[in-house]
Amino acid sequence: MIRTALLFALLLPAPLVAQEDLLQLLGEEESGPVYATASFKTTRVINGHSLENTAHGVLDFKISHRFGVLNGGYDNFFGLDDAEMRMGFDYGLTDRLMIGVGRSGYQKTVDGFAKYKVLRQCESGCSMPITLAVLATSSMNTMKQTDLPWYDPTRADYFTHRLAYTFQLILGRKFNDRITLQLNPGVVHRNLVGRAEEPNDVIHVSGAGRFKLTKRIALNAEYFHVLPDQLPTERTNSLSLGFDIETGGHVFQLHFTNSTGMFERAFITENTGSWGKGDIRYGFNISRVFTVHVPKRPAKGSAPDPSDLPHR
Amino acid sequence: MIIDRPVQPPLIMNTRKTLLVALAAAPLMLAAQDRFATRNGHIRFFSSTPMENIEADNNKVTSVLDATTGAIEFAALIKAFQFEKALMQEHFNENYMDSNTFPKATFKGKVTGFGSAELKKPGTYPVQVAGDLTIHGVTRPHTGTATITVDAAGGLKAVSEFEVKPEDHRIEIPAVVREKIAQQLKVSVDLTYTRM
Repeated sequence: MIRTALLFALLLPAPLVAQEDLLQLLGEEESGPVYATASFKTTRVINGHSLENTAHGVLDFKISHRFGVLNGGYDNFFGLDDAEMRMGFDYGLTDRLMIGVGRSGYQKTVDGFAKYKVLRQCESGCSMPITLAVLATSSMNTMKQTDLPWYDPTRADYFTHRLAYTFQLILGRKFNDRITLQLNPGVVHRNLVGRAEEPNDVIHVSGAGRFKLTKRIALNAEYFHVLPDQLPTERTNSLSLGFDIETGGHVFQLHFTNSTGMFERAFITENTGSWGKGDIRYGFNISRVFTVHVPKRPAKGSAPDPSDLPHR
Repeated sequence: MIIDRPVQPPLIMNTRKTLLVALAAAPLMLAAQDRFATRNGHIRFFSSTPMENIEADNNKVTSVLDATTGAIEFAALIKAFQFEKALMQEHFNENYMDSNTFPKATFKGKVTGFGSAELKKPGTYPVQVAGDLTIHGVTRPHTGTATITVDAAGGLKAVSEFEVKPEDHRIEIPAVVREKIAQQLKVSVDLTYTRM
């Protein structure tokens, strides 16, 4: 019996193998973990941070504008006569850690942030279902002392009054090529508040998402919910809707929002526009990336030097 | 080496011993077939236009070459192509190659001009390659030339260069960037095999 089986074993493989995929002989591929990429077109959904980072060595120059309210009428050319501006530079120190600085016209504020991806959603070779990033931002009002909204000559003015901080967790998942959703719980800490009853720490949670319409155009939405009884009643929650349009090295974000400021303290705690009353602003962010540092990649093998290849 | 291959049921019904003998015999068969494989082959593609040069490298190409039959296959994970610019890599996957839908580029074909006789003699052999090239889910016949080098230790190295037209594989390139991407992309394949 054994002899018969052995004989068959010797005869069988040849015809069988001839038909099968040679590559199957190598078995499962041992490629390392592959993480989800391009969950959002850029590192901001609209005002707030998305779960994306700029890649290692990439500098992202952002110019953002928020125009006046649409209900300003023709006199104000539906808001386009006024504009708030922020310009900023973001940089990827590693693929997981990015930093950035910006300057806003709104209260002449300088802001800075660091964002770190603690967990990365996995596509293959690992098992993490979500991305978790931590974000820390700070902002500093740089107005002249006498211009400060809280200026009072009878009171000592401390530099620290100008500072505010925001901490957020960014939990998100790219569900498929089109849909990404994220939830950002967080707190804004203001060193100085308008009234004694107002808490310094404002707890909030934001929900944001994108729906990719075509390969290069996505629809984004973002809502910041401030937990009740923390802010004066005239303050509103920030709601924004917009499109991301990507054209190679640029991403154009065009949107409608009820927020003026483009850093966390402003659009989370100092928002007064109301969608219901038509205090809607048209705005845009333009992002342009530059590769300023090329991280070391695996060795390039011995393919011909590109300069040896014929040019068309 | 464990090879997953169908064994006909009646044969293994008998005893466990029979099965063991049968399995033990299988690898011997393979060795006799002069198969060579790699998991870290290299593919580079290069696009040259007056406006921009684009190149990308993949160092995780898998390939198997059967020197007895001349059958050759290779596969490259699209996401394993590394670009100098991170954004280019993202767009390559997202906007051009749809790498979630079509994760791999593959080639399946035959080498002529190389066989057991050449394998025994170290040297460099020009060969013809013909087969099916699948990129972006579109399979096109491909013929070309390659060079196979047999070293003194019996190792194999295969190199080949050819050109690919993105349009042949239904890779859409928007008009605004058409000038930045070559009509014909230069592809070079460089595989260093070890005996399986």
